[in-house]
Amino acid sequence: MNKLQLSSKYLSLIVTIFLFFLLFALGSLKFTGFFSLQNFLNLFIDNAYLIIMAIGTTFILIAGGIDISVGAVLSLTCMLSAYLLEMKHLNPFLVMALMLLMGAAFGLIQGALIHFFKMQPFIVTLAGMFFARGMTAVISIDTIDITDKTYELIANYRIPVFGGAFISISVVIAVIALLIAAYIAHFTKFGRTAYAIGGNEQSAVLMGLSVGRTKIGIYMLGGICSTLSGIVFSFYMRSGFTLHGLGMEMESIASAVIGGTLLTGGVGSVFGTLFGVLIQGTIQTLVMFQGTLSSWWTKIAVAILLCLFIVMQSLLTARRIRKKSQVLKSDISHT
Amino acid sequence: MQGLKDRLKRWSGSRLFWPLVGLVLVLFFNLIFVEGFFSIEMKDGHLYGRIIDIVKNAGCYMLLAIGMTLVVATGGIDISVGSMCAISGAVMAALVGGELSGIPHHSYGIAIAAALAVSVVLGLWNGFLVAKLEIQPVVATLILMVAGRGIAQLVTQGQIITVYYKPYAYLGSFTPGLILPTSIFIVAIVLTMALVAVKKTSLGLFIQSAGINRTATRYSGINVKKLIYMVYGFCGLCAGVAGLVISSMVKAADGNNAGLGYEMDAILAVALGGNSMNGGRFSIMGSIIGALIIQSITTTMYALGVSPQVLPVVKAVVVISICLIQSDDFRRVLADLFKKDGRSQHEQVAVKL
Repeated sequence: MNKLQLSSKYLSLIVTIFLFFLLFALGSLKFTGFFSLQNFLNLFIDNAYLIIMAIGTTFILIAGGIDISVGAVLSLTCMLSAYLLEMKHLNPFLVMALMLLMGAAFGLIQGALIHFFKMQPFIVTLAGMFFARGMTAVISIDTIDITDKTYELIANYRIPVFGGAFISISVVIAVIALLIAAYIAHFTKFGRTAYAIGGNEQSAVLMGLSVGRTKIGIYMLGGICSTLSGIVFSFYMRSGFTLHGLGMEMESIASAVIGGTLLTGGVGSVFGTLFGVLIQGTIQTLVMFQGTLSSWWTKIAVAILLCLFIVMQSLLTARRIRKKSQVLKSDISHT
Repeated sequence: MQGLKDRLKRWSGSRLFWPLVGLVLVLFFNLIFVEGFFSIEMKDGHLYGRIIDIVKNAGCYMLLAIGMTLVVATGGIDISVGSMCAISGAVMAALVGGELSGIPHHSYGIAIAAALAVSVVLGLWNGFLVAKLEIQPVVATLILMVAGRGIAQLVTQGQIITVYYKPYAYLGSFTPGLILPTSIFIVAIVLTMALVAVKKTSLGLFIQSAGINRTATRYSGINVKKLIYMVYGFCGLCAGVAGLVISSMVKAADGNNAGLGYEMDAILAVALGGNSMNGGRFSIMGSIIGALIIQSITTTMYALGVSPQVLPVVKAVVVISICLIQSDDFRRVLADLFKKDGRSQHEQVAVKL
C-alpha cells in the first residue's frame, strides 16, 4: 500500500525524465550531430536563466501561490543593470548585488500584500508584472548594450569539461542554485513548511507553523530567483531591452508543471522542474535541427505536452483522493 | 437630513459605487488638467472626440470583460482570451483573404461566422478541461494561451495578412450611416444578451451559486458541469468577437501580436469592477465600468503626452490601490487608524473641558 502511494507520487517525475531521454534519443536517431556531449550541455547553456527562474516558480507553486511577474522582473534586471553599468559606471559586482537586493525587496512587497491583506496572488503579481515592465520602459525605451569588461569576460568564459566540450559560468550558477534550492526544499524547516502550506494552509496554521513568514519568504525567494535569472540573462544577451523575457512567466510555469509540480500546491520538486526546462529546450533544438519547421511548432508542441502532463496529473490526483476516501470509509466501518 | 444619509449609505453599499467613483475621479482629473477633453465634433456624419475614442477603444476590453466576469463568477479564470482573439482574427482574415483588388475569397458573413464558431469551440475546450477533467482554471487555460499563438500563426502561415476588402474595416471603426463607432453597437448587443440571460433567467443565480459552493450547488440539483461549459463557451464567443474588432481596427491579422496581453486587461477590468476574484457575486456592469476606467487612464496618459510604455506603471499603482480598498483586512487596518484618531480627539476635548 505504502509502496504504491510512493510510486504514484513520483510517477509524473519518472515520466518526465523518461520523456526527456526519449526526445533526446529521437533527435539522436534522426539527426546526425545531435547526439553529442556539447549538444546536451548546450541545453544547459541556452536555458540557464530559465532553470533559475523556474526554481523560484516551483517554490511558489509548491506553496500554493503563483507569480506571473517573473518575466517582467527579469527584463527590469537586465535594463537596470545595463543602465547602472553603462550610464553610472558602477562596479559590476555591486550592480549584481543591488539587483539581488531589488529582487528580494520586490518579493517582500508582493508577499506582504498577499499575506497581510489576503489579496489574490494572481492579481498582486499581475500588478507586479505591469510595474516591472513599466519601470523598464521608464529607464529606457531603446536597447542599452552592456559593454562592461567583466560582463563580457563572464559571458565568454568557457569552462572545459572532458572531450573538448565546455559549459559557461551561467550553467555553474544555475547548478549551484539548483542544489541550494533542493537543500532548502527537502532539508530545512522552511522547505517543509512550504510543502505544508501548499498541502493545506489551514492545517499548517493549526499545526503552529510560521505560515506568514514562510509565505513572504517564498515570494522573496521567487524575487531573488527572477533577478538572478535576469543577471544570467544579461550575460547571455548583454543588453537591456523592454521586450526581454516577454511571456517567460508562462514558460517558467510550464516547466514546473511538466516537471511534476501540482498547481494546487503541496507537490513538486526542483529536479522535476530541471527536466521540464530541458524538455522544452530539447523540443526547441529538435525544431532547429529539423530546419523546415517554423518556430510556432515549438509553441504547439510545448502546449500539447503541457496538456498531457496536466491531464495525467489530474487523473493521478483523482485516483489518490478516491483511495484516501476508501481508506477513510474502511476505517469508519471498522470502528 | 436623515433621508439623505440613508440614501448615501445605500449608494455606497451598492457594488457599482466604488468602480463609478474611480471612473468619475479619472474623468474629473481630465476635466481639470486636459484641455478640450470633453469636446465632441461631427465629421463626415460621424462623431469624433476623446470621449468617443474611449468608448470605441474600450470596446474590446468591454467584450472580453463581459465573458471574463461570468467565468470569474464561477470561481474560474480564463487567461487564453488574448490568444483566442488572435485565432479568431486570423480565421476571419484568412477566409476573406489578402487580395490587393479587395475581392474577398469567401463572403464576409461566412468568414465572421467561421471565426466565431472556432472561438466557441475553443471556449468549450477550456470548459471541457475545467468541468470534465477538473483541472485548475489557470492551468487549463494556460494550455490554450501557449498553443493559441502557434495556432493563429498556423492559420496565417506565419505571415501578417493585410486585408484590402473595404467593409473589413467597418467593425473596428465606423459603418457608413451610423453616427457612433460600430464597436459600441456590438458591445451593446453582447451586453444585452448577457444581461438578459443573467437577470431575466435563473442562470445568473446558478452561476453565482456555483462560484460560492460548487458541491452544494450540485447537490441542489444544478448541472454545474453544463454551466461551466456554457460560461467558458460564452467567454470564447466574447473573445472571438473582440478578436474580430481588433483585427478590423488594423485591417490585418497578426498571429503574434493581436490581443497580446489583453487577458490581463480583461481580468483587470473585472477586478476593478468590484468583482471578487474568488467567484460568487458578480456584476457585469461593474466590469464594463472597469474596462472604461482602464481605457480612460490610457487615453488620459496619451493626452498628457506620457509614453505608452510607461503606462503599465500607472496601471500597476491603480490596480494595487483599488484591490487594497476592496480588501477587508486593509479597510480594518484603516478603520483602526481612524478610530485611534477619533479617540484621541475625544481625549483632547475632555482635557480642554
